[in-house]
Amino acid sequence: MSMHSLSSDDFIDTAPQRRLGRAQLAGIALLAAIGSFALFGPWLVGIDPAAQQLDRYLEAPSLAHPLGFDQLGRSALARLAHAAQLSLALALVSVLSAAIPGTLIGLLAAWRGGWLERVLAAVADAVLALPGLLLVLLLAAFAPGGFWPLYVGIALALWVEYFRVVRAATRILMASPHVEAARLLGFGPLHIVRRYLLPELLPRLFTLMRFGFAGAVLAMSALGFVGVGLQPPTPELGVMMIELLPYYGEAPWLIGAPVLTLFLTLLGLLLLSPEKETA
Amino acid sequence: MTRFSSPRLHNTSLNLVRRIAPALAHRLLQAVLVALLVGTLCFFMTRMLPGDMAYRIAAGRYGYDMVTTAAAEAVRLELGLDRPWPAALVEWWGRLLQFDLGVSQVTAQPVAMEIAWQLGPTVRLSLMAMGLSLLIGPTLGVLAGLKPGGFLDRLTLAVSTVLRALPSFLLGLVLVLLFSVKLGVLPAAGHDDHGSIMLPALTLALGMAAVSCRVARDAMMQVRGSAYFAFALTKGLSLRQALLRHGLRNVAAPVVAYLGVQLVYLVEGVVLVETIFAWPGIGHALVHAIFGRDVPMIQGTALVLGLMFVLFNALVDAACAFIDPRRRP
Repeated sequence: MSMHSLSSDDFIDTAPQRRLGRAQLAGIALLAAIGSFALFGPWLVGIDPAAQQLDRYLEAPSLAHPLGFDQLGRSALARLAHAAQLSLALALVSVLSAAIPGTLIGLLAAWRGGWLERVLAAVADAVLALPGLLLVLLLAAFAPGGFWPLYVGIALALWVEYFRVVRAATRILMASPHVEAARLLGFGPLHIVRRYLLPELLPRLFTLMRFGFAGAVLAMSALGFVGVGLQPPTPELGVMMIELLPYYGEAPWLIGAPVLTLFLTLLGLLLLSPEKETA
Repeated sequence: MTRFSSPRLHNTSLNLVRRIAPALAHRLLQAVLVALLVGTLCFFMTRMLPGDMAYRIAAGRYGYDMVTTAAAEAVRLELGLDRPWPAALVEWWGRLLQFDLGVSQVTAQPVAMEIAWQLGPTVRLSLMAMGLSLLIGPTLGVLAGLKPGGFLDRLTLAVSTVLRALPSFLLGLVLVLLFSVKLGVLPAAGHDDHGSIMLPALTLALGMAAVSCRVARDAMMQVRGSAYFAFALTKGLSLRQALLRHGLRNVAAPVVAYLGVQLVYLVEGVVLVETIFAWPGIGHALVHAIFGRDVPMIQGTALVLGLMFVLFNALVDAACAFIDPRRRP
């Protein structure tokens, strides 16, 4: 899954399994745990992630401060909670702002056909010609350290997948007897989309969203890690890792926390996939 | 279809060229799209980045002490920075089509020359990573597929799940801690001796092998369940012979086809892994050009990485056609 998630184009879900396997349950549990940590963590910890207590730098974990303090005397747990929230929020927002327009444009292209479809397909090809992370990097270069270019870049890299999958599937579905019958009976586009297209599309969209979510979390932390994403005072997973790397000998738990958070998020998303999927 | 027509017809080279041409044209179009996309983005970067680009470029060319208003104006005139953007954009594309990549604003060297230096290490690293991943992944996958549910199968499933959830930059970190810090057998970074390619290449290779191992394992299971494999064993071939004559090519087809999907991971991984290991390649240069806001270098490096991606894709297409006759375009 890892980074090819930004452009893994060869999975069309076969019939989804109805019953959840053990791996999928574990994935759901992991994601629920991380999700609630990201959602409520900052509020539960209740410490300003930027507040410094310089006399407590690199303090070891204690009951009151389960992750101790980092190299600048900031509460590591507060920073981790804020970083998790930032990552998941960015991933959610960019996946949604890729999925909704991508799906709509895909439906439009398949429905209208003709020159509109060809133009849209050409645009999609242009975006896909470049690996997703390169596109995000190029957009991040516009305003290094900014949140917006990161978000726009990830959403721009991701929408193409929804467009392509929705367009391909819709074209096939539109030719199917029941959609044809519905159109002949005079049902409008909205009814046909809701009644016939969406139920077929949703499992595929869900797969894409899972991959897109992982890709977004990954892209953000990767850019933060190499220093072209968000910049140091921001509590962000990749930034924290590279900041805390020099201290791994004295305080391994400090760097371990963001690494584990990222790893478990990706693992959770990976485990969600039905057994058969290899990508 | 092909099965019923005369085989001789398909082997004439003219026919082959005629049938490969559309696939090649598609990749060429993709290359042009890469150039247009990268070029256009970088053009707008020069206009939107804070600061006066003319002064920055003049500083890059003549050195910071030699920048005068006159020099900046000369640059402005030459690069069309004073002109309305549509005309300047067309001119920018024109320069790109003539392979004029400009001059780095940081080192004042032509971008083409800088990239010529960096291309070697990047290609070496990518090929090494691809080779290692094909050596590790499919081998383990075939062995696992021979005994589904066995120890090796379960072990490779667990390891590949963990590896796939571990981003390349963290995997690199783990390998450095393991091989350089704990064991002290491989250099952690740099580009001095032959050992220094091992860790970055292994980082990329393990990430790719994690997936190709499972692809090969599933393909091997399919081969094992197939009638032709059963027949090969029934007619008296040993498992080894049946595997060599009938199994491997059928396992190789999906593995190589999947390599096309993995190229995205490879090119993205090259950028990150080169940066972490200070490997003097194009990805490393791209990240540093973004630090330095060196737009010509950003454009040149992103362009070459994109084109490398297209070229590798074309090679994978060709390899697929070579392995699996049904896929020949």
